[in-house]
Amino acid sequence: MREISAWGRYPKTTGVLKYFAKESECIGVTSDNEYIPCGNFRSYGDCALSETMMSTLRYDKMLHFDEERAILHVQSGVILKDIVDCFVPRGYFLNVVPGTQLITVGGAIAADVHGKNHHVAGCFSEHVIELKLLLPNGKTVECSQKHNRELFLLTCGGMGLSGVILDAKIELKKINSKNIAQTTIKTSSLRETFDTFEKHKDKPYSVAWIDCLSSGDSLGRSLVMYGDFRDDGDLDYNPSKIKSIPFDFPGFALNKYSVKAFNELYYNGIKDKESEEIVSLEKFFFPLDSMYKWNRIYGKEGFLQYQIIFPLENSFVALQEILQKISNAGKGSFLAVLKLYGAENENYLSFPIEGYSLALDFKMEEGIFEFLNTLDDTVLKFKGRTYLAKDARVTKEVFEQGYSRLDIFKKERKKIENYNNLVSLQSKRLGL
Amino acid sequence: MKKTVLIIGANSDVAKEIARLYAKKEYGIELASRDMEMLDLIAVDLKTRSGVEVVTHYLDVTDFKSHDAFISGLSALPSVVVSAAGYMGKKDDMSSDNIKLITDINYTGQASILEKIAHKMRDSKHTGVIVGISSVAGERGRKANYIYGSAKAAFTSYLSGLRNAMYQYNIHVLTVKPGFIDTKMTQGLDLPAMLTAQPDEVANDIVRAVENKKNIIYTKWIWKYIMLVIKCIPEFQFKKMSI
Repeated sequence: MREISAWGRYPKTTGVLKYFAKESECIGVTSDNEYIPCGNFRSYGDCALSETMMSTLRYDKMLHFDEERAILHVQSGVILKDIVDCFVPRGYFLNVVPGTQLITVGGAIAADVHGKNHHVAGCFSEHVIELKLLLPNGKTVECSQKHNRELFLLTCGGMGLSGVILDAKIELKKINSKNIAQTTIKTSSLRETFDTFEKHKDKPYSVAWIDCLSSGDSLGRSLVMYGDFRDDGDLDYNPSKIKSIPFDFPGFALNKYSVKAFNELYYNGIKDKESEEIVSLEKFFFPLDSMYKWNRIYGKEGFLQYQIIFPLENSFVALQEILQKISNAGKGSFLAVLKLYGAENENYLSFPIEGYSLALDFKMEEGIFEFLNTLDDTVLKFKGRTYLAKDARVTKEVFEQGYSRLDIFKKERKKIENYNNLVSLQSKRLGL
Repeated sequence: MKKTVLIIGANSDVAKEIARLYAKKEYGIELASRDMEMLDLIAVDLKTRSGVEVVTHYLDVTDFKSHDAFISGLSALPSVVVSAAGYMGKKDDMSSDNIKLITDINYTGQASILEKIAHKMRDSKHTGVIVGISSVAGERGRKANYIYGSAKAAFTSYLSGLRNAMYQYNIHVLTVKPGFIDTKMTQGLDLPAMLTAQPDEVANDIVRAVENKKNIIYTKWIWKYIMLVIKCIPEFQFKKMSI
């Protein structure tokens, strides 16, 4: 037994963490009462926490690379960073990467993660050719978009609730450089931020850092960044050494004044309306990974990450209302991210829909749950959706109204023998 | 000449990570273990990751008669040998068979193989590094695991002697004393997070120590001081304790 929490360090649970290096060792543990597969615990809340957590971290072999079709066959515990480190020098990159590369392939599929190119490349699962799943009755089954399709749609984005993903064939993309040509546009209002996103919809990678503490006319001011791989043949990739935040910051280190000061400096640190630079893919895609254990800046009480998305037609008003509430309360952090997403895929529980998403952290402090509930009122009103991989506290009501295919998810999950053994704190909380 | 590393007991979590680090350095890799299924999988993984050459060998370190054949079956004399076999034994089994098995895997078997390799290196004027993975459990016998601990103590002593004997032949010996490691072997135990290393951390420490020609390392480093304290406790007090 040990105390375990995910990236947000809330909630903490006491449970058994089990490893397996062979499929047969994994089947042995599936007879346990309640368990959930887990990876590198980079989800934020309670989706990977349970009585027994079956870690894929030691099930981490790369099995084959089909150079011609650029298809990589890996076990589910392989960390994305290992794929990036091994394949960038050979001219390949993952089609979809989230904001950290320190997650497992299994986790990427189970949360159906997305990245800065969602509007052109979709989610991680859309580049999964096939996967193998260990069902809770101990049998393995392969599934894909064509073969055992329902199981595939249930598993991708299904938060580990259909079984343990054992291995997957994923399609890589060809690149001819490790460098990204990045453009940063400084916007002065939410309207201008939206217009900038619309205008640069054709750019393959885009995201905005938003100053969530600005108010009045400058509410929603942002730095919109977009970019693409260069074509300069430079594949000499030396991943930088990761530095660690060595201790927990005291709880008072982050408050509305320090965050406001940081945001002011960050926003005004960029002088030009539009600027261009060439950055390494590491800096562009995974800016926070260079500070290993950055969650320590929130102190040991942890934090809550809040990520929601609204349908395109509601996005502007809904986000305006949310930002207004955050700004009025003076809460929120310097890590707020806004992004325009592309079309929704067919998975039953994947998060992205076409529209705008906002993600930000809230330090754990008194009244924070109540405050987030007031944000959820806006989510309810404008049919928004909560990202399960980030969530630790959403109510069943708010969660359920956001996911239109929840009924199919539940129906398909019930078809799995012993499905009741696969349980996370989150699945219990939300009745999944 | 291409450098190679030989890893004995190569199916452990730490050994796998060591192999990955040497594969990154483009060493030829030779892996030996009893579990050929696992070994072949690790070999496939290394080849997919970095395209290096990997050879696998069946080896039962407790089968002393097979040691000569094993060594003559190696493709080349390795530049680095890592002996990573380890076995804690079945819990509370104090049978002679279990005691012999623990001793053979953790000490006598590995000593027999390393001795033969060291002689071969010496006789062919081959410089190299021999790494033995012992344990902090060998520093002082405790009731929790003193058969394992005493076998590791013997292995630590053996490595010290080997280092002394091989010094004049430019063969370096590194003794590694890990504390708790988060592996298959220790899962389910309630290990304090601060003192528990991940397998890749241990592997990194080892590869760095080989480069820097260290004699003895603890990993995590804090174990050096923990063991210093534990060794200072007077015996009349120590015998009453449960640690």
